[in-house]
Amino acid sequence: MSQRLVTFDKIGIEFGGRVLLDNIDMTINEGEIVTLIGPNGSGKSTLIRTLLGLQEPTQGEVIRDQVLRIGYMPQKLHIDPTLPLTVKHFLALVRRVDKKQILPTLEKVGIAHLIHSQVHVLSGGETQRVLLARALLNKPNLLVLDEPVQGVDVNGQVELYNLIEGIRNELNCGVLMVSHDLHLVMAKTDTVVCINQHVCCSGSPQHVTGHPAYQALFGIPGADESIAIYAHQHDHVHNEHGSILSEDDNAHSHCSHH
Amino acid sequence: MLEFLIRALLGGLGVAAVAGPLGAFVVWRRMAYFGDTLAHSALLGVALGFLFNINLNLAIVVLCVGLAAVLVTLQKKHIIATDTLLGILAHSALSLGLVAVSFLDNIRIDLMAYLFGDLLAVSQTDLYWIYGGGFAVLTLLVAFWKPLLAVTVNEELAKVEGYPVEAIRLLMMLLVALVIAVAMKIVGVLLITSLMIIPAATARKLSNTPVQMAAISSAIGCLAVCGGVWSSYHWDTPTGPSVVVCAALLFLIAYTSPLKRRTA
Repeated sequence: MSQRLVTFDKIGIEFGGRVLLDNIDMTINEGEIVTLIGPNGSGKSTLIRTLLGLQEPTQGEVIRDQVLRIGYMPQKLHIDPTLPLTVKHFLALVRRVDKKQILPTLEKVGIAHLIHSQVHVLSGGETQRVLLARALLNKPNLLVLDEPVQGVDVNGQVELYNLIEGIRNELNCGVLMVSHDLHLVMAKTDTVVCINQHVCCSGSPQHVTGHPAYQALFGIPGADESIAIYAHQHDHVHNEHGSILSEDDNAHSHCSHH
Repeated sequence: MLEFLIRALLGGLGVAAVAGPLGAFVVWRRMAYFGDTLAHSALLGVALGFLFNINLNLAIVVLCVGLAAVLVTLQKKHIIATDTLLGILAHSALSLGLVAVSFLDNIRIDLMAYLFGDLLAVSQTDLYWIYGGGFAVLTLLVAFWKPLLAVTVNEELAKVEGYPVEAIRLLMMLLVALVIAVAMKIVGVLLITSLMIIPAATARKLSNTPVQMAAISSAIGCLAVCGGVWSSYHWDTPTGPSVVVCAALLFLIAYTSPLKRRTA
């Protein structure tokens, strides 16, 4: 039986007479990927902040395992442009960091070539990977990822989710992920928790998408004709620079790059 | 005969060396207006120091730290926008200081010296204060460099990783207060912030890493002090403002020269 890392016990938060979270019960186990979904303003980020100790719940408590070590990946990184900072120096700021681990960790997330780049010039996807590296350098047994694929294109999103799953498999750490983008996330997720101030429903992805409470919030899967998904057929893969990796350079019959 | 000049130079260099690295933090954390507010209140510290007959430097440090604490408390309550709050505190503290000074009938205070500094009047005792205080500030900066920088870069990440964020923020304010107390004699309450932020802003153009920026900003501050003292000696210009003009010139040169901001 895998170890229980975090238990939310009847968490409630009230702010200025407004209920942000109400009676939230939830657990995260070692090796489990839990995805938190919910509409904007449903309290996803607030719930994560209580876990991180950035916000005190007004009711209930967060029970943390004694060996819990959190690696946190925030939604975005804003660093004042007046502060010159390379990726290496940014990662060296991790408390009690093992500096020898910086390069291997960057290799793991696929951006070793950016080690001497300034953090201000990174693209959205590169920034997310740097933040993931920082979370990993904290030697976590629980990764907390707040909208990890924000500002990343669809192909990049798939890669990032694969990367996160690979890390989970390697470290056997728990993963708590916030997302409002469902289709891509669900395939990798063990448990989906849908919240809107309170827990609407939770369980396996298949269970949740079939649940009336989920359908009331997000609609019935496949029923929404207003969003057409363009299936982009790739017969090649991109490397981390965005250029094409292909064994056969003439094989681009489905999609051409200019 | 030139002893006063050497003292002035030593005093100025001591202050510039410390104001540089701290100024970098002030720029990174966007605390320029905050520094101004503390500096303006320093005059009130001087008045209180005379009134209760305690050491002026001590009075300034105590007052600045007190004001910083008041500021943080008021800021948390969200009564009014922070810049407005700073404006109110800065100017009421300065005015209160001016009013308090006017009550000191039996003591003659050279108000201009406190407002704009009087580098050429630096005494041996002042030098001890400058180098003692400067050494304390630099030691603290070096000892707490990593937590200070981590909190500056991203407070939430720092907190999750276990840095004592509140304590570090307090330390930052204490350091700014110390530098203000020490630098007041040199450039005066109205110009102190400029000695912190102009060299740091100039150094940004030339640096790749935080440590580089801190060191270069020290060097640029020292250069500005040399230039200021020299021009003050030759053309009999007021020393404090001359130092600031020099710093501003260096800033202009750095940003108009064809050097590109280094990015990689």
